[in-house]
Amino acid sequence: MLEVSLNGERRQVAPGTTLASLLASVGVDASQGGVAAALDGAVVPRARWSSAVLEPGAEVEVIRATAGG
Amino acid sequence: MERSDEAPQGAPLEIGGRTFRSRLMLGTAKYPNLHVLERALAVSGAEIVTVAIRRINLQDDAPGVLDVIDRERVQLLPNTSGCYTAKDAILTAHLAREALGTPWIKVEVLGDDRTLFPDVTELLEACRVLVADGFVVLPYCSDDPVICQRLEELGCAAVMPLGAPIGSGMGLRNPYNLQIIRELVQVPVVVDAGVGTASDAALAMELGCDAVLLNTAVAGAKDPVKMAAAMRAGVEGGRLAFEAGRIPRRLYASASSPLEGMIGTKVGRR
Repeated sequence: MLEVSLNGERRQVAPGTTLASLLASVGVDASQGGVAAALDGAVVPRARWSSAVLEPGAEVEVIRATAGG
Repeated sequence: MERSDEAPQGAPLEIGGRTFRSRLMLGTAKYPNLHVLERALAVSGAEIVTVAIRRINLQDDAPGVLDVIDRERVQLLPNTSGCYTAKDAILTAHLAREALGTPWIKVEVLGDDRTLFPDVTELLEACRVLVADGFVVLPYCSDDPVICQRLEELGCAAVMPLGAPIGSGMGLRNPYNLQIIRELVQVPVVVDAGVGTASDAALAMELGCDAVLLNTAVAGAKDPVKMAAAMRAGVEGGRLAFEAGRIPRRLYASASSPLEGMIGTKVGRR
């Protein structure tokens, strides 16, 4: 197992885990509108979620639009 | 020919290559609930609506604002609120573009958490990068004419100087600066933050500003839907007054009724 961070929370994932499968584990999938993900400070377009393999220490952010001024 | 019973309309707002009838931009935060937000948005007539970008709540992600925004009618304006560095604002803008499919971004880089005043050095850097990355950049900035000129030179689609601190409802604290900014830059000037009530919005428009962006004044009102209507009327009235051209101020009275053919003897001094 290797450790990654998702929205600041530490998580253990199996080697070879992709961004798509990590996000699927929290109920986010690429067909969903209004969400976006970044890996180590760079946006990963949703079409590439399934080919982005997580390295040890990877920092993943997943966001959505919310109320704001 | 205009029909005699048809009220004139104010000129449309052109910004970022698009044309809007409404000059009121509305934020979506702090409403009592989504239903009130939806009604306030409809009543306001706003065609540019701001949203924030935040981490998804991994435990419990409730329905959000996008569910009540009519994206056919409205240009979404995601913001970089809560960012304190150019780096964070740039990443947030890219996430917003990916999530929402719009290059429009309200760039907000804060310098201080009590005043929420912009950090203009970080703001300039963020705007420089984002313009180069192809964004339609609308920066929330200080009411500083020089900074507004710099932002225009960078290629921002508008400048959005504050009227007063965010959420303060203090109204336009320095109308003279806003007037100077309006004279010095070519891009639209949007008064962002500080509006407390409809007369503040009307004043911003009477000064010649091109639009008003507000949130708390509506969301925090006792009746947000009614205040949304008031803001719409204030913005429309202020704009029409600006276009109509107000009379000059004068110290002494000038009688409205004709002075010829008056009955009786003149009274009063001189």
